[in-house]
Amino acid sequence: MMLCEKCQERPATVFYTEVINNKQKKMQLCEVCASQMQAEGFGGLPQMNLHNFLASFWNQMSGVHPFAPKTKEEEACPSCGTPESLFAQKGLFGCGDCYKHFGDRLEPLLRRIHGSSAHTGKVPVRSGGKVLLARQIEELKASLRYAVAREEFEKAAELRDNIKKLEQQL
Amino acid sequence: MSIRETVNSARSGWMKADSPAGDIVVSSRVRVARNINGFSFPHLLGQEKAEQVMHGIQAALGNSDLKTELELTRLTELSPVERQILVEKHLISPDLLHNHEKKAVALRDDEVVSVMVNEEDHLRIQSLLPGLQLEKAWELVDKVDDGLEKTLEYAFSEKYGYLTACPTNAGTGMRASVMLHLPGLVLINQIRAVLTAISKLGFTVRGLYGEGTEAHGNLFQISNQVTMGHSEEEIINSLNSVTGQLLAQEREARKVLIRERREQLEDRVGRSYGILKFCHVISTEETMRRLSDVRLGVDLNLIHGVNPDQLTELIVKTQPAYLLKQHGGELPPAQRDVLRAEVIRKEFNREG
Ligand SMILES: [Zn+2]
Ligand SMILES: [Zn+2]
Repeated sequence: MMLCEKCQERPATVFYTEVINNKQKKMQLCEVCASQMQAEGFGGLPQMNLHNFLASFWNQMSGVHPFAPKTKEEEACPSCGTPESLFAQKGLFGCGDCYKHFGDRLEPLLRRIHGSSAHTGKVPVRSGGKVLLARQIEELKASLRYAVAREEFEKAAELRDNIKKLEQQL
Repeated sequence: MSIRETVNSARSGWMKADSPAGDIVVSSRVRVARNINGFSFPHLLGQEKAEQVMHGIQAALGNSDLKTELELTRLTELSPVERQILVEKHLISPDLLHNHEKKAVALRDDEVVSVMVNEEDHLRIQSLLPGLQLEKAWELVDKVDDGLEKTLEYAFSEKYGYLTACPTNAGTGMRASVMLHLPGLVLINQIRAVLTAISKLGFTVRGLYGEGTEAHGNLFQISNQVTMGHSEEEIINSLNSVTGQLLAQEREARKVLIRERREQLEDRVGRSYGILKFCHVISTEETMRRLSDVRLGVDLNLIHGVNPDQLTELIVKTQPAYLLKQHGGELPPAQRDVLRAEVIRKEFNREG
């Protein structure tokens, strides 16, 4: 008889299956642990288990791209004091500035996780910086191309003026 | 209505079978992660800083037009059992229970919108709706996000988007998911193949199922894996379309079962219905399995006179913490199984 992989006490009667990144993770659990997993798993969203995966990927990359030796102080994020080793261990950053601080190293990780390292979604009004402006300009430029193609020259001139005005704010 | 009433009722805004695709999609959920600029992420915050974050968010709620809807409650104001009930109702995540003295939650009266404070990120804004309603869930979350942002300055990078403690959430910070009831695919032994195919499309699949066709509630959760490089709308659209395909396959499986194995199916759901109606001792696992059978029976018109909402509600009512709360004290597991059977019997023998 197989024992529950979680509590190692009761007989395992339920298969718990999780598929992340095309990898199946199976566990054999008892009824008690399974219903606990059910309450927890469905209560939250699957991500906690990604931390380990992340940390190990980061460590792997470090092996491939060894960094020039640095002092311990230089390695830690200046804002929150999170050293690289802590991220490599927990898979969690300490503050927003960590993204800037670990930037070069972070890019390949983000591309690996998301297939991209550039945000294209919602932008907050208050802290969005120039992104909103830049996107607005892109949209106007698209309209301009369209207007020119249709030979709507008056409209095109108007759009050009607007673009110039916005570009000065950048 | 208050958070106190929430923990005393098994009913929740997200439980309505009479909703889009409600026969198969139990619920839709969207949540976004946000952090406040200038503060370390929650796992590095001491009590004092954590208080400041809670204060800041409370003030931001008060400044917005959300103030009548969302009011912050600290987890320390709730008893351990009450906190656990919020988890069993899927209104907060189990993570919020660790170091609970640094954490807070705001819940809308109908329980379809919640804001968690100092979980893995400073803010987790969530909407949970019955049936397939991902757009609507995003709309609700988006509105709360806009309201809070009037006061709060978020940690945001022009390049990486919303900055989160874990880089797997960075970008939109959005996780969208659907919870599906797929007994048909389990019974015709197609579930593994279907779920594996879906996981190759960039979705995470979670589910519990037992040996062979012996299912454990037959509930599966599908969520987006990627949060960067796609807009919120794109993420929701792709989850919508994959859910649409699953719906079609599940409906097809149910047709096959009715056509080719009608007697066995009627026998199965009928037996489960009988057990729930007359049991005196029952475990959580068996409850989930029998409820799934009865739900399938109701959806396929093999069982009459049972309201599907009742069944979803029973899942909550039969969870350990909820039973404890109703009982009003400690209860050894064996007694819990007795009490659980009593709750179920009462529910099924109410009418007629
Ligand atoms: Zn166990
Ligand atoms: Zn930092």
